[in-house]
Amino acid sequence: MKELRLMKGNEALAEAAIRCGCDAYFGYPITPQSEVLEYLSNEAEKRTGMVVLQAESEVASINMVYGAAGTGKKVMTSSSSPGMSLMQEGISYIACAELPCLLVNVMRGGPGLGTIQPSQGDYFQTVKGGGHGDYKLIVLAPSTVQELVDFVDESFKLAFKYKNPVMILSDGALGQMMEKVELPEQKERENIEYDWATTGKPKNKDRRVITSLHIEPDKMEEINIHLQKKYKTIEENELRYEKIMCDDADYIITAFGLVARIATKAAEMAREKGIKVGVIRPITLFPFPTKVISEAANNIQGILDVEMNAGQMVEDVKIAVAGKVPVEFYGRMGGVVPTPDEILEALEKKLVGELA
Amino acid sequence: MNEKNMIDEERHYSQVIEEESVCTAENIVYEKPSVLLDTPMHYCPGCGHGVAHRLIAEVIEELGIQNETIGVAPVGCSVFAYNYLDIDMTEAAHGRASAVATGIKRVFPDKYVFSYQGDGDLAAIGTGETIHTCNRGENILVVFINNGIYGMTGGQMAPTTLPGMKSTTSPFGRDTQTMGAPIKMTELIANLPGTYYVTRQAVNTPVNVRKAKKAIMNGFKYQTLKKGLSFVEIVSNCPSNWKMTPRDANKWMEDNMFPFYPLGDIKTPNKEN
Ligand code: SF4
Repeated sequence: MKELRLMKGNEALAEAAIRCGCDAYFGYPITPQSEVLEYLSNEAEKRTGMVVLQAESEVASINMVYGAAGTGKKVMTSSSSPGMSLMQEGISYIACAELPCLLVNVMRGGPGLGTIQPSQGDYFQTVKGGGHGDYKLIVLAPSTVQELVDFVDESFKLAFKYKNPVMILSDGALGQMMEKVELPEQKERENIEYDWATTGKPKNKDRRVITSLHIEPDKMEEINIHLQKKYKTIEENELRYEKIMCDDADYIITAFGLVARIATKAAEMAREKGIKVGVIRPITLFPFPTKVISEAANNIQGILDVEMNAGQMVEDVKIAVAGKVPVEFYGRMGGVVPTPDEILEALEKKLVGELA
Repeated sequence: MNEKNMIDEERHYSQVIEEESVCTAENIVYEKPSVLLDTPMHYCPGCGHGVAHRLIAEVIEELGIQNETIGVAPVGCSVFAYNYLDIDMTEAAHGRASAVATGIKRVFPDKYVFSYQGDGDLAAIGTGETIHTCNRGENILVVFINNGIYGMTGGQMAPTTLPGMKSTTSPFGRDTQTMGAPIKMTELIANLPGTYYVTRQAVNTPVNVRKAKKAIMNGFKYQTLKKGLSFVEIVSNCPSNWKMTPRDANKWMEDNMFPFYPLGDIKTPNKEN
């Protein structure tokens, strides 16, 4: 039976974690995502026996995730930008050791302590690998509270399928706003024994070692080649994106997450004025819809990329377009959310007017 | 000794052994614990790590918990601990071993979990994790090897380097005015209610080895009680970076380290602080 509820993004995410049978959450309070930890502290253990632990820092929480993920359990953490910066070392270890886990970043404005208002300033950090070395996260960017909910189970599936950390890249607005959501049914917590997981050496079998240390360069290169191959496979199989009103469009707005919704409103307003605008919304930021954007660029006049940062995803859009049409950028920073009017104005000024 | 002499000597000994047939099952009084792998250890001659590893292996074997034990290796000289112990292990980032152990223990509260950490790992970069893991009373064993120096990186000053002791980064001796005094981590965490058993041991003599083994044994056994964390410090040596022969290093440890880091129980289930 469908269960509909009006829920705050962060709480809906926490509820989805309980319902998908998550085994453990390790986290540290930071605005604007503390409701995740609060909600789980209140609800999780009594309902499913899920472990919920408030760590002494984000550094500790990500390393608790590392330890617990190594046992093959469904493990997650969440934080917001400055806290995510602290976790980067641990994420690099998890990616190299190839452990599945769910990370959630409810982004706020930076740099530095910044602001507690929404931002998309961590695109580079998340998509280009904020920690050291060549690794990638699978990154999902929800634009509604419903997607926040749906992506939890989806992320765990991807994480275990590829033995790779998955990041849900949310933002302060999505985390704090209330929307109607359809909640999934409660799943049983699974008790799967993976042959790679450190649960105690099985009798008559080899011991399991989880490590990211391979001191011989040849071995370390081998690991890197294996990782790169895995990322290729992910690129081939796991791309998700949405095309809105693109079929007859002369101009396209590229935007991810919440901004894509605002951009869609701007596109509708443009159409009322007779300017045919479509929106391409990457749902996975890695893998990135490079081909989709490249192909779209064949039949349009130009692209406006809109983000809540100084221009980060726009670099990937430009790579995809490869000079075929002009790519302009409009962004707000420091916790300011752009309005549909602003986006339409930017589109008219930077593209339509220029090219007319 | 030239090669011919060596071969002759070897032949002689192998004959003696064959003739006397001392290598019989009944005569074996000491052998490698089954939990210790055959990988040759990379530790320097005379280093305490090898003995400490062996004790852990012996205890796991004697308690029959090889299939229920998960170890966490640190960053430092013992980063490869997982190459020597035949148990499931996770290699942690520098200083984070106790957080990693917490994660494992929380999802598997009935398994035996231990971390093995050096002084730089546990008392410098990982101080926060150490204190909070102890304070939460995680039901794990922390084995803390304290030799007062950074071994792996080549002899830099550690948080436990003695006053006046020379290292590559305190070349004129540790000046406590500018470099701080050594941290007595074991006394510090003994004050936290989350710790159940806190002791300081050494592995320099047969007697001390036996005591250290008992302490490690306790640390594993107490996990089933779920009454808090066991912390076993082992005051150890670093012949290579102390730039001493193994014999001199042990002597120096006895004369200098032991007075500053006195051996013995600090907190036991019967004797609270
Ligand atoms: S450097 Fe020191 S601590 Fe490290 S293995 Fe050698 S003697 Fe042991």
